[in-house]
Amino acid sequence: MPLSVQETEVKNPPVSRPPLDPHLKALENEAIHIFREVAAEFEKPVMLYSIGKDSSVLLHLARKAFYPGRVPFPLLHVDTTWKFKEMIEFRDQIAEKYDLDLVVHTNPRGAEEGITPFSHGSALYTDIMKTEALRQALDAGGYDAAFGGARRDEEASRAKERIYSFRTPDHKWDPRNQRPELWNVYNGMVRKGESVRAFPLSNWTEVDIWRYIQAEDIPLVPLYYAAERPYVERDGMMILAEDPRLELLPGETVQQGMIRFRTLGCFPLTGAIRSTASNLEEVIAELEIATVSERQGRAIDRDQSGSMEKKKREGYF
Amino acid sequence: MTAPAQTASATILPFAEPLKTVRDTRPLRLITCGSVDDGKSTLIGRLLWDTKAVKEDQAATLARDSGGQNDLGLPDFALLLDGLQAEREQGITIDVAYRYFSTDRRSFIVADTPGHEQYTRNMATGASTADLAILLADARAGLLEQTRRHATIAALMGIRQFVLAVNKIDLVHYDKAVFDRISHEFREFALSLGVRQITAIPMSALKGENVVYPADASMPWYDGPTLVETLELATVRSTQAGGFRLPVQRVVRPGESFRGYQGTVAGGSVKPGDSVVILPSGTVANVSRIVTFDLVRNAAVAGDAITLVLDRQVDVARGDVIVSLDGQPMTGHHFDAQLVSLQPGGIEPGKRYWLKSGSRRQRVAVEPISQLELATGKWQPHASTLAMNAIGKVRLSFEELAVFDAYEQNRSTGAFILIDPDTLNTVAGGMITAKRAEIGGIHRADAPGGQRVVLSLPADLAEQLMASELFANRRDETEVKRMTAKQAAELFSNAGGDI
Repeated sequence: MPLSVQETEVKNPPVSRPPLDPHLKALENEAIHIFREVAAEFEKPVMLYSIGKDSSVLLHLARKAFYPGRVPFPLLHVDTTWKFKEMIEFRDQIAEKYDLDLVVHTNPRGAEEGITPFSHGSALYTDIMKTEALRQALDAGGYDAAFGGARRDEEASRAKERIYSFRTPDHKWDPRNQRPELWNVYNGMVRKGESVRAFPLSNWTEVDIWRYIQAEDIPLVPLYYAAERPYVERDGMMILAEDPRLELLPGETVQQGMIRFRTLGCFPLTGAIRSTASNLEEVIAELEIATVSERQGRAIDRDQSGSMEKKKREGYF
Repeated sequence: MTAPAQTASATILPFAEPLKTVRDTRPLRLITCGSVDDGKSTLIGRLLWDTKAVKEDQAATLARDSGGQNDLGLPDFALLLDGLQAEREQGITIDVAYRYFSTDRRSFIVADTPGHEQYTRNMATGASTADLAILLADARAGLLEQTRRHATIAALMGIRQFVLAVNKIDLVHYDKAVFDRISHEFREFALSLGVRQITAIPMSALKGENVVYPADASMPWYDGPTLVETLELATVRSTQAGGFRLPVQRVVRPGESFRGYQGTVAGGSVKPGDSVVILPSGTVANVSRIVTFDLVRNAAVAGDAITLVLDRQVDVARGDVIVSLDGQPMTGHHFDAQLVSLQPGGIEPGKRYWLKSGSRRQRVAVEPISQLELATGKWQPHASTLAMNAIGKVRLSFEELAVFDAYEQNRSTGAFILIDPDTLNTVAGGMITAKRAEIGGIHRADAPGGQRVVLSLPADLAEQLMASELFANRRDETEVKRMTAKQAAELFSNAGGDI
């Protein structure tokens, strides 16, 4: 549905929401600038959409950047088939609500070979179902730019990322030879086959993301809010026990408790935290006294030191 | 030292206590620079550690990667920053790392930039967006050429607030004379670069002395601020004053009834009803609306990402700049600039590069004029290739009309990057210093607003004049102030007909 400009919408008075403070406003302006620049410079951009809180903020900023026009590129979701059920439902609702072009890709090899996070370990599983799948989807679409929601505060090698992160035709990242990036003048020149990963949220921190979600009232997957849920304790993580594919190991039992997620990935690899924070205000209050980092619940970061850098060099986001 | 001590203790909260972050200002962007082994990564690691930006699981990883603790019983803070495998193997910083921390006064974005000369381009990357530069000097070694190079690049890029961190002061037995000597030498040097705001602090980044916590016991002779206090009081570079500038990124046409120009305001402000000029065409129009996602706004200022709607159908494309009628930028085919050469091949005389500034990309020929000799601070005539890391003055020649401000006047519309057409890599960052007038083949550098013919004319007349073929060769040396017929009549009568 091509959006036409509705005069009434444009002329609406400000909604009764506190205005963004200068810090968040500056981050928003920067992100919108990057979105517009990439959309104008590249022939075929795509936005990586992983349904989490960062993706939700990214999508919100994209809608703002191109308003009153439509978001001028598709959203790509690399579906490992091991996502939380609620994430997939949320994804489809959002795509319909905001009239988005949604592309979903699953690595066919993973299904053929029966690759699961249980049978092959998190490292191989991630390599095939995420990194390889992403490369397949980017190649199939012929995309020359891909937006991602990565933030520099997430992890040590992410702190080294440029806003425009240049990738070779086989999606390799060379952290030792990145293009200089001065002011907000971005070099978007690539040859056929080469591409750029663009990160509008580079300068955001986890707290910024949450405060922006609150200020802008951005809808999120309900798993971010605490509720009574069934879970199993395994390898020091609390794993949600709703999916029938989760087989209990000897000695494991399903427990019930008030839990929520700080970060969302594949359900067998994403640990929940004990929490009573059931709305945005409570989540932010909890975050402000948190003593561990957000990715502490992600198994794939902990395989070994520098593992994120290795994955990124191979083409992982 | 009582007041600073209170501030510091208020800043530092134990882990479990709620951290009330007050963010009533934009974050301060800073870079750390200086030579390799001066302790930059250790300093930033210490800043993160002492402001509690390091979480427990990250601290555990740090302890594991440090291989236990050093003789002071402390982890290797540099490992918080040097996140790449090659950096850890070699114990150096290769690429700029951006880190975030906050105190209860403000938030900070710090670019930890490399000291190695071969990675100067990454230092320039960090400097281009920074409000303040921390220059590190090892108390034992004093000021090195690399420290001077980094200070020079930071000053060229418009940084006006410097902190000199005389680090490893513990290794010279907290000797006040050493600190005084190095800070005096640095002040002399920084003043020669035009930097007036300089704070010198003796510190041990490793031990955390005068970083976040004052070190009254070991340095009773120092009664200045700690590093964090200095950063809290520093000012964010003001948003660009002067005339309105909107480099057009995109034209948005969602339907027949709407045509908007999307971009980020790069200077000044705008409101509905304002008369604007579209450059380089020189077309004049009025602003009818400023549209954002949330509401129709009655004004926009520098930094705002907006969509502008004009009151008439005009030809506006990506790369054009919409500017205010008063205080227009310079237009011409020849400009002077300073630049930093960033890649191994250097900048070759006469070679045609891509130049990107704002949202505009043009072909440009680059002629080196002179090169800065870092040891003496003197500009030496230079006609050959500007090697990697060289700082040079160059002459830019465009085939199409170019639009710029002087970098001193506007950091957005006065800055550019050069892209090598062979490699497509970014090979230089540059700053416009002046426009060159071209008269009969003789080039003459003009200071902004210097020797030029100024015509004050009603806008319609100005448009006709600038568009005419007869005038084509005179555009460079003529500045046209477009105004309404009424303004022109007033100006004429005020001047007693003497125009």
